Amino acid sequence: MENEGVVLSREGFAALLRALREDGYRLVGPTVRDGAIVYDTIGGIADLPEGWTEVQERGRYRLERRTDRALFGFAVGPESFKRSFFAPTVSLWRARRKDGSFVVLDRAAEMPRVALIGARACDLHAIAIQDRVLLEGPAVDPSYAARRRGAFVVALNCGTAGGTCFCVSMGTGPKAASGFDLALTELFDGEDHRFLVQVASPEGAAILARVPHGEAQKTDLEAAERVVQNTASQMGRSLDTTGIKELLYRNLDHPRWDDVADRCLACANCTLVCPTCFCSTVEDVTDLDGEHAERVQRWDSCFTLDHSYVHGGSVRPSTKSRYRQWLTHKLASWIDQFGTSGCVGCGRCVTWCPVGIDITEEVAAIRSTEKG
Amino acid sequence: MTARTDPWSPTPTRILRVRRETRDTFTVELEGQNRAFEPGQFNMLYLFGIGEVPVSISGDPGNPDVLVHTIRAVGTTTLAMKRQAKRGSALGVRGPFGSAWPVRAAEGDDLLIMAGGLGLAPLRPVMYHALRHRQRFGRVTLLYGARSPEDLLFRSEHGRWARKDCVVEVTVDRAGPNWVGRVGVVPALVDVTPLDPARTTAMLCGPEVMMRFSVRTLEARGLAHERIFVSMERSMKCAVGFCGHCQFGPTFVCKDGPVLRLDRIARLFGKREI
Repeated sequence: MENEGVVLSREGFAALLRALREDGYRLVGPTVRDGAIVYDTIGGIADLPEGWTEVQERGRYRLERRTDRALFGFAVGPESFKRSFFAPTVSLWRARRKDGSFVVLDRAAEMPRVALIGARACDLHAIAIQDRVLLEGPAVDPSYAARRRGAFVVALNCGTAGGTCFCVSMGTGPKAASGFDLALTELFDGEDHRFLVQVASPEGAAILARVPHGEAQKTDLEAAERVVQNTASQMGRSLDTTGIKELLYRNLDHPRWDDVADRCLACANCTLVCPTCFCSTVEDVTDLDGEHAERVQRWDSCFTLDHSYVHGGSVRPSTKSRYRQWLTHKLASWIDQFGTSGCVGCGRCVTWCPVGIDITEEVAAIRSTEKG
Repeated sequence: MTARTDPWSPTPTRILRVRRETRDTFTVELEGQNRAFEPGQFNMLYLFGIGEVPVSISGDPGNPDVLVHTIRAVGTTTLAMKRQAKRGSALGVRGPFGSAWPVRAAEGDDLLIMAGGLGLAPLRPVMYHALRHRQRFGRVTLLYGARSPEDLLFRSEHGRWARKDCVVEVTVDRAGPNWVGRVGVVPALVDVTPLDPARTTAMLCGPEVMMRFSVRTLEARGLAHERIFVSMERSMKCAVGFCGHCQFGPTFVCKDGPVLRLDRIARLFGKREI
């Protein structure tokens, strides 16, 4: 942490990614695929979405060209870094039949270390929230722990806010505060394209020492501060979180739940794009001769009927009860369970809802029409 | 990761005995392997290649040599267990998980144990414990109901419990002419039971509707929510708080429950579709 301010040129940033690869990290960063900016394995800066931004609104996402060569000139795509650690499908174990019983075969535990490139403040908060669920409870999820261990994080302070962003309301962004080794702010000065780098760990300092970099000037620090201030002023949405847990606990029978249930398709999109949703289920599979069995964990959603199924039926058969479960868990009971909100204000659930249900609007409606 | 630290990994465990209980329930006794448990806790039982289900422990907590589970054959996994489980074969076991009935905190109190149907299974360990340490408790009363006389669990033990200074009141929803016992619902049995609200701990397990009406009758008799404990049932896949299925408001039934003190969940208890 010897240095608060270091500047990387565009070439210096490219060298940083090369250095991480040389150290054996798999780089996971933003790239354009299928008309969206997604997080995937990248080779270097050539794979980043240079010159792209997006327009986001409720139920709407479109890529657009920028007029500059920004590498991170967008907000957030449909995917968070969730899948890097909490994988969509995981083989939990395999077993073989033996002498009327069975033996559990050892599982592969070693995972290549990943380096997250361009992680936004909201997504870093989401990772910290999932850590609390899967690493810091009474039990540790081995697959999550194996993927999460040794990850290197290059954060990016947002230079643009999406139309559905509300991280300022949730106190999670747009500036990364923790959970990273290096934090970048992308700066333009005419044709001069560079990054102000904040160093937050010895690992971050060590790798930075291996790539060409310069000292930050006072003007760089000021410019970076203006970038995040500008982004904070552009939030597409806001959510009043005052007493939100009590508000929602008080209003489990509010008529708004019927209203939203008429629109909600229970499609589970919101839970799949949510960077904190952690529900999963398991599937048991066997080979054809029945000698080998495997248990696979995969993402699940509280919007499915199966999610609450016990003998005799589902606990939450109505869409109304399932939407209420999702929203009250995210914004209220999560606080009792884990000490923080389950929402980081990334706005993905608003953008990717096929019928444009907006979590901020639903809460506001309940708040404004609460019966005293 | 070794199997020891992996909460997902089942331990193959030999079946010592299988016993038919009623037309749709059966009891599996597994090698105990010194797995200590508290009354009210549950295990995840895995049938090779078929699936895994949460099942409460219905045996004697004073006997760690045998792990007893009473199971209703009602879904894919439990129906296959009923067909396939036999002496010498094995089930995978994960556990024990969850919270326990407050058998130590309730010492000196009267115990009022109320069970509906299979709900007697997780309460039987309390009966064993209370009768083994009979002098530690005041009155011990079991109020038990099932759909029909044929659905009553552990019938041969009811008389044994009654002979050990325990009141056992049994009722059924409907019965044929051969039934000379009570007909009616479990909550109605509270009316025929002496109850001192200052020194009674009530433990309830059964269908939610049975527990809801039982709570009402207990409230009417002046029993505080702090003295009422219920065992909840929800879908469970992991049993350690990862999978999210068992949430009941802020409560994870797998790790905060299944046994919950009523005052801590009263806000949601009895609400539909929580």
